[in-house]
Amino acid sequence: MQEIRVLSATGMLGSGFKPATLKAALERNPHFIGVDSGSTDPGPFYLGSGESMFSEEAYKNDLRLLLIARTQFKIPLIIGSACTAGAKPHLERLKRLALEVAREEKLSFKLAFIHSDQDKEYLVRKLHEGKIRALDNAPDLTETVIHDSAHIVGMAGVEPFIEALGRGADVIIAGRASDTSIFAALPHMEGIPAGIAWHAAKVLECGAACVTHRKYPDCNFAYLRSDHFVIDPPNPDYRCDPESVASHNLYENASPYELIEPGGILDTYDCSYEAISDRAVKVSGSRFRPVDEYTIKLEGSALAGYQTIILGTVRDPVILMQLDSWLKNLFEACEDRIAAMYSNEVKAKYKMQVKIIGRNFTMGVTEPVQTSAHEVGLLFQVVAHTQDLSKSIAKTISHFALHFPVPEWTGLITTLAFPFSPPETSKGPLYRFNMNHVIIPNSPLELFPIEYIRI
Amino acid sequence: MKLWEVTKLIRSKNAGPFELTFDIFFVDQEKFECVKAANLINAQWVSRVYKLPADQVKIMFYPCARAIKVTIPRRVPSGDFLDSDVYGGQQHAPFVELPLPAGICSP
Repeated sequence: MQEIRVLSATGMLGSGFKPATLKAALERNPHFIGVDSGSTDPGPFYLGSGESMFSEEAYKNDLRLLLIARTQFKIPLIIGSACTAGAKPHLERLKRLALEVAREEKLSFKLAFIHSDQDKEYLVRKLHEGKIRALDNAPDLTETVIHDSAHIVGMAGVEPFIEALGRGADVIIAGRASDTSIFAALPHMEGIPAGIAWHAAKVLECGAACVTHRKYPDCNFAYLRSDHFVIDPPNPDYRCDPESVASHNLYENASPYELIEPGGILDTYDCSYEAISDRAVKVSGSRFRPVDEYTIKLEGSALAGYQTIILGTVRDPVILMQLDSWLKNLFEACEDRIAAMYSNEVKAKYKMQVKIIGRNFTMGVTEPVQTSAHEVGLLFQVVAHTQDLSKSIAKTISHFALHFPVPEWTGLITTLAFPFSPPETSKGPLYRFNMNHVIIPNSPLELFPIEYIRI
Repeated sequence: MKLWEVTKLIRSKNAGPFELTFDIFFVDQEKFECVKAANLINAQWVSRVYKLPADQVKIMFYPCARAIKVTIPRRVPSGDFLDSDVYGGQQHAPFVELPLPAGICSP
């Protein structure tokens, strides 16, 4: 069997890489370039709103270098999880940018788009058929949850990529896809054993993340063979060692030994990691255990209201010594005022909270350290059915909080330091991840329609 | 001595929006083995510190990276109204400051 050489451009399209590293990696004659472009890590906002983590300039810069490179070397470029969340607006954004680059650079290629958005009626039917299953810690999934979602995407496996490559696509831009599928698809087609293909893909999907000291995002490179793969970073300043490559299996995963993919499990229990130079690592023993039931992970995000935030700080020791009761009384006074401004029914239309920066902010109720600070920050958050209501409530809170009394001081006091005028900031829509489920499709391709364009 | 003094890295991070995972990488094989053998990082301790039932704590030993991995459910899904750590990247302090009892990993 021939060796398959894989160039991973960077951990996330838009985060960048060194053009010199790309050039060095291309000299190793890769069979294709892969790059992931998304994650759920930045939170539910991106899938819900259709916005992206990086600016269009950032995506376009990376896209330009990669489209020129693939044209020059006549190799496929495979991009997954377009523009952070891989829903329709994200796919459309990357499509537009790719077409702009093609026009500006006079490039010609066959482009495939893999759509990952899921039809709500189809999902409701599957839910009633018992073909949608909850994963650990999943919120309840009902017909209403499906209908209320802003976007729902399926996480594609290798099959849609294999289909598009089989039809001669030079460039593939996919909606939501598993990070590994981007890199495992072509090796699968070329007969690389599944264990090797998936494990190499897992190491490659984060670009240079598996090097010993990643100073900035950059390319990575792997050689896939019949019974092992070698990871060998093309940046001369970077090196991998057995531990750094093995460690990458831990990153963002519940288990380093078992990575669940749509058609089975990557099993690394018996893997060995061996340094074959001062920078390259050989990995062998990776296995893939196929499972009977083919599943696709679903991700959904729903609008949960509109937020307004207020940031203030407190330095007065007299307020600090009774901060909890002061805040409790403040909230009661605000609730009364808000009910008077609207009606009692308004209570169902908003929520407010305050978090104390400098006291249990980061870890909340699990914070083991209880010390008192000489000053604290107060972050007030309001979420309401409309942005207007949210802002209106926040304005009431900021004014009440600014002068809210304590028994020890007589006369009008100013209790908060506001760093901004106005103190309230409209934070816009708040989204919520509303599913952690897998669906059992009739076929691996059914959820992912593919569209082709010749440029 | 505290746990961090025998490690190369202690970190926390989301494992998807509904789970939180901690990775503890030890400086060498010996430190990994002695902390593992002393059963310092166990489900009861994690359960007490992170205030959740012990049966929700998953602990794995990963010798090829000399690492211990702990995974727990997130109290609030990433980015939700009550969440204060979208990436889950700053939840690991109790592991950093876990005291190493005298005699464990001492030279």
